[in-house]
Amino acid sequence: MQSEKSCPIIAKHIRVALVGQPNVGKSMLINSVADAHLHVGNFSGVTVDKTEILFDYNDYKFNVVDLPGTYAFTDYTIEERVTHDYLCAEDYDIIVNVVDSTNLEKNLQLTAELLTMNKKVVIALNMSDEAKKEGIEIDEKYMSELLGVPCIKVSAATKEGIEELIAAVISEFENPKKDPKLIFSEAVEEEIETIVHYLQKHKYEAKNSYRNIAINLLKNNKKTYERIHNNPIWTELQPIVIEASKHIELHHDSDDMKEAFAQEYASFNRGIITEVVKQEVKKEKKTLTQQIDSVLIHPIFGIPIFLFFMWGLFQLTFELGSIPMDYIDGFFGWLGDVVGSSIPNDDIRSLVVDGIIAGVGAVVLFVPNIVILFIGIALLESTGYMSRVAFLLDGFFHKFGLHGQSFIPLVTGFGCSIPAYMSARILKNDRDRLLTLFIIGFMSCGARLPVYVLFAGAFFSEEMAGNVLFAIYITGALLGLIAAKVLKLTAFKGVDEPFVMEMPKYRLPSFKLIWHTVVTKTYMYLKKAGTFIAGASMLVWFLSNYPHNLELKQTYETKIQKAHAQEQKDILANEFAQKHLEQSYLGSIGKFSEPFFEPLGLDWKMSVALQTGLAAKEVVVSTLGVLYSLGSDVDEENSSLANIIKNEIPFASAVAFIVVIMIYLPCLAASIVFTREAGGIKYFFYLLAFTSITAYVMAFIAYRVALLF
Amino acid sequence: MKTLFDCKRGDVVEVVKLHANSEFKQRLISFGILKGAKVKMLEYAPAKSTIEIQVGKMNIALRAEEAKMIEVE
Repeated sequence: MQSEKSCPIIAKHIRVALVGQPNVGKSMLINSVADAHLHVGNFSGVTVDKTEILFDYNDYKFNVVDLPGTYAFTDYTIEERVTHDYLCAEDYDIIVNVVDSTNLEKNLQLTAELLTMNKKVVIALNMSDEAKKEGIEIDEKYMSELLGVPCIKVSAATKEGIEELIAAVISEFENPKKDPKLIFSEAVEEEIETIVHYLQKHKYEAKNSYRNIAINLLKNNKKTYERIHNNPIWTELQPIVIEASKHIELHHDSDDMKEAFAQEYASFNRGIITEVVKQEVKKEKKTLTQQIDSVLIHPIFGIPIFLFFMWGLFQLTFELGSIPMDYIDGFFGWLGDVVGSSIPNDDIRSLVVDGIIAGVGAVVLFVPNIVILFIGIALLESTGYMSRVAFLLDGFFHKFGLHGQSFIPLVTGFGCSIPAYMSARILKNDRDRLLTLFIIGFMSCGARLPVYVLFAGAFFSEEMAGNVLFAIYITGALLGLIAAKVLKLTAFKGVDEPFVMEMPKYRLPSFKLIWHTVVTKTYMYLKKAGTFIAGASMLVWFLSNYPHNLELKQTYETKIQKAHAQEQKDILANEFAQKHLEQSYLGSIGKFSEPFFEPLGLDWKMSVALQTGLAAKEVVVSTLGVLYSLGSDVDEENSSLANIIKNEIPFASAVAFIVVIMIYLPCLAASIVFTREAGGIKYFFYLLAFTSITAYVMAFIAYRVALLF
Repeated sequence: MKTLFDCKRGDVVEVVKLHANSEFKQRLISFGILKGAKVKMLEYAPAKSTIEIQVGKMNIALRAEEAKMIEVE
């Protein structure tokens, strides 16, 4: 490993794999152990990557890999796969298994599986302070003895037992590995004994203990099979293993060895629990979580309450977010002026001011909205409310082939598609996630709003424009649901994925955790989208400015000089801008693609606007502004652009234009994030084809229908 | 056959058998839903499309179709 080379030789390296079920406070524990600044947090289900934390303790260099939370080794979710693959294939010294002391029995199910892995294990009994409050008492010394591995009481919250945990890890590291005491039922023990006996008789050479090999053979462990498969004893051993498996299956009345072993673990764990856990008998009282649940997931009031929360979040996102937006906008305007006046060269100034500063400014402008949206989502997630919403909505979403948990990415999509694509990670199942990723674009993002505002304002009265805007959003969402259904019936055909989900206890959100999530996500947004948008803006700038036509320029310059009235000069300047644009690369592209867009009633100018919109929707309005000869300094408030649009663009064409904007790719930055989240460039091409064809067909229909009016 | 779906709010039942394919069985087992486990019915979503149960100390949401695969008594 890399880190080994860079560290002094005297220090000893301990590589620790941190494993636990979801919601056991693993991230918090690692925070208090390492006092570390995590590079990326692992919040229940949001981050699926493993995180590496390095810290020193006395003469030891700790290298802790924080693996995603996993219920069991079933390879069902991405988290489980990441964790399982790491534990099986990677090189590490010790597993630290974090368990929730308040829910020991269920947590031990994973522990039992870890104990069969032939690795050194230390168990951290986390949340011991909460357990104490709930009247649960765990005899950790006796537990260590029964399991044959050290069990340490810790609390990430009060930092209790952290030193002891590190000491236990070091002592395990220094001492030779002992076999854990995992005891099965008599029926299984007999079969293990038979296999062990056979291995002893033939003096089979192996690193692992015979007992461990026997257990793994019975569990159908692939690796163990592969190793022993090539040994000559296999021909004789195989029938013995098959026979043994049959006995065990018969004993458990199951045709599934995994189920049989799960039951074995469960009864072993029940035994451990009765021995080491003492719990005060409490009256059957509704827990706080159940009380809150009886309101929040009430069959009648549940959904209205949720809608109210969502409405509140949107109000905050847009109302509160718009306050700093004016300042940011002002700042970039000021920056453009200051920087612009210090650059003498026309071309470079234009590139910096109109290209880079304007483009990056447009992205930074949305940071307040994004921060608020992220805080809202982090609150939903960390309090445990998100699972409740998935519970409430699953019935409705399921009708469209979606999963209850799809709602978070979809709702986020109204703000910006980029975080929406990222938040689709909460969907555990690949197919559900892909389907959701494909329809996020149908939820109109904030960057499309200016286009809608411009067109709605141009064709409808002020009172109607708001309703039209709302209708556009709703239509987009409905189209998305229909698209989901169509995709589900065609591309993502298959058995419905089961919906089994933990409803975690309600928790008060930790300020630190939310702060951390929001800062990380915002930084990523600024970095990824910012660098990208800067590049795209430069490209659009270049394409719309070059090639320079000197002859044209001179003709207009003389004309402008001759003109007397300022008004006339402006008109001429605009005319020049338009002529110049027409012969630019962008203009050529527009003219070239015009025939393709003709069936939709779109002229070359609208075609170009749609194509620049592929880079970012913010560009659409400014492109239209340039093309309809107002100069690029327009925004949606500019009523004269609205007037020009009203006069020059037929209503039916405008409808088709809006339909395309609603459906086709959000922007290039989002497309890049989509490609990464979907897991391959081929998915990007599927998405491109899917959205483009849908947009084209829908716009064609809309155009033809609108012509009738 | 009585399944989890037939239970009413507050019922406590014991799992008898899982009538599911191997993959889904594993999923249920990883949540602690296996033979011999005690399950308590807590809440339903509208139209009983989704149910919430309690197994051990954990609350779990399940779809109606999935609840019908879990035989209880």
